[in-house]
Amino acid sequence: MERRTIFGGWALPAAFVLPQLLLTVFFFLWPAAQAIWSSLTRTDPFGLHTRFVGLENFTDLFSDPLYRDSIYRTAVFMAAVSVLSMGVALLLAVFADREIRGRAVYRTLLIWPYAIAPAVAAVLWILLLQPQIGLIGVWLNRHHVPWDYHLNDAQALFVVIAASAWKQVSYNFIFFLAGLQSIPRAVIEAARMDGAKGWYRFRTVVFPLLAPTTFFLLVVNMVYAAFDTFGTIQALTQGGPGKATETLVVKVYRDGVVNLNIGSSSAQSVVLMVGVITLTALQFRFLGRRKAE
Amino acid sequence: MTQGTDWPTHVILCLGVLLFAMPLWLVFAGSTQDPAAIARGELSLLPHLDGFGIYSRVLSGKVSNMLLVSLGMALAIAIGKIAISILSAYAVAFFRFPFRQTAFWLIFITLMLPVEVRIIPTYQVMSDFGLINSFTGLTVPLIASATATLLFRQVFIAIPDELVEAARMDGAGPLRFLRDIVLPVSSANIAALFVILFVYGWNQYLWPLLVATDPSLDTIVVGIVKMIGVETQTEWNAVMATAVLALLPPVVVVIAMQRWFVAGLTEGEK
Repeated sequence: MERRTIFGGWALPAAFVLPQLLLTVFFFLWPAAQAIWSSLTRTDPFGLHTRFVGLENFTDLFSDPLYRDSIYRTAVFMAAVSVLSMGVALLLAVFADREIRGRAVYRTLLIWPYAIAPAVAAVLWILLLQPQIGLIGVWLNRHHVPWDYHLNDAQALFVVIAASAWKQVSYNFIFFLAGLQSIPRAVIEAARMDGAKGWYRFRTVVFPLLAPTTFFLLVVNMVYAAFDTFGTIQALTQGGPGKATETLVVKVYRDGVVNLNIGSSSAQSVVLMVGVITLTALQFRFLGRRKAE
Repeated sequence: MTQGTDWPTHVILCLGVLLFAMPLWLVFAGSTQDPAAIARGELSLLPHLDGFGIYSRVLSGKVSNMLLVSLGMALAIAIGKIAISILSAYAVAFFRFPFRQTAFWLIFITLMLPVEVRIIPTYQVMSDFGLINSFTGLTVPLIASATATLLFRQVFIAIPDELVEAARMDGAGPLRFLRDIVLPVSSANIAALFVILFVYGWNQYLWPLLVATDPSLDTIVVGIVKMIGVETQTEWNAVMATAVLALLPPVVVVIAMQRWFVAGLTEGEK
């Protein structure tokens, strides 16, 4: 994607690009290098001596059953949030794409939740599901359903998944709707004239045409579930009860900030960095190739 | 082709709308209720019309300050990032200078490395610069990523060469070209990015939590979670009123600029 570059000289562009470069160096490259360095060291409990330990932090991490649990838990969490959020969003987008009265109003009412902060979403869900004060939580307990996500692991996971997926529906809705609208009407009409009924038409014509959007959203949702949900989980369960909702990012926070275990936390950060870069690279390669078709 | 109303569609869409409107209504209604009653489990969907005093009480406390911090942060991030990205993208798209490719790839690497992945080392860097507990420390690390730069570069590259040639023949230098042609052409993207970045900056939680230990630098989102604290002792109506206040600015921005926002978000679909 080149263009015939037009302007000569190098002082001006250098000046223009400098701010971003400086920020990149100081707030990305330097911290990333430090994280990699820290992940290869270990500090004594008093913070006096730091020694180079090579890949020991990493081998310790991956042989630690708690860390492996955390990976598994995060994977389950990411899958559940992505599927739930994208599923609901796709359903709503399909119906919002139809020619009905008040279409614009429905869309606005489904788009505004994009503005909700993940931590605030947690607050809203507390008002619904908290065992002592939540609208539904109180109702459940009153009807002899033992509901307390501060005590029950499965309930805690359910709550954080629900709140996280709920918050993301809006974003997915916007993209699915745009994707649906970019499908040429002629294609749908042709399918309809061939006798393809609603669901069959969706499955064989519409959904495949949505594949780029779906893939893009899948990656974005997974990154969202892995990182942006920190506020939601902290506000709802703080990673508890015990470790029931401790995803990888919560663990980085707990180990690094709360327990001051910099070596392990840095190693975990490096693992996460590798994960994100891989996902992003996959996404660019797949979508780039598609665009070229 | 007119038919009767498509009921199934309306039902499904209404359910969808309710899924989001209901918690919003609940937090609004709950903010006006008596905290003791809420603690007893009597939260209801009906607002108490005499309970609006909670808002003036909450606003006369530290919540006002928190709103200002959040506003400052959101605006700084949105405007800062847009400005820096436009300049970078302009340089990379319209000039040929030594190390241009290197610069571009360096910037490209930062794509999608969310702040949560680099919190601890970034914190250490901020500490070394003495920027902990400062407004700069709060905002600058969040301006650094490259998503906007990539977007602008794509827009700039798509500007037809004829336009650039015409401007050149009129004797326009790079600065005038930027101001008179490139910026207006990108105005829709700028508007969309403003919404996205404002919401992003306003809704931050982990980074402000770490960087600002001084309570006067708490953002409203951090503040709300702190207010919850020990759940059995929380003053729920105050928390809810604060939540409503925390929701208002970003929601207003999104709804007011909805058209640009949706267009900008989905146009550069990667």
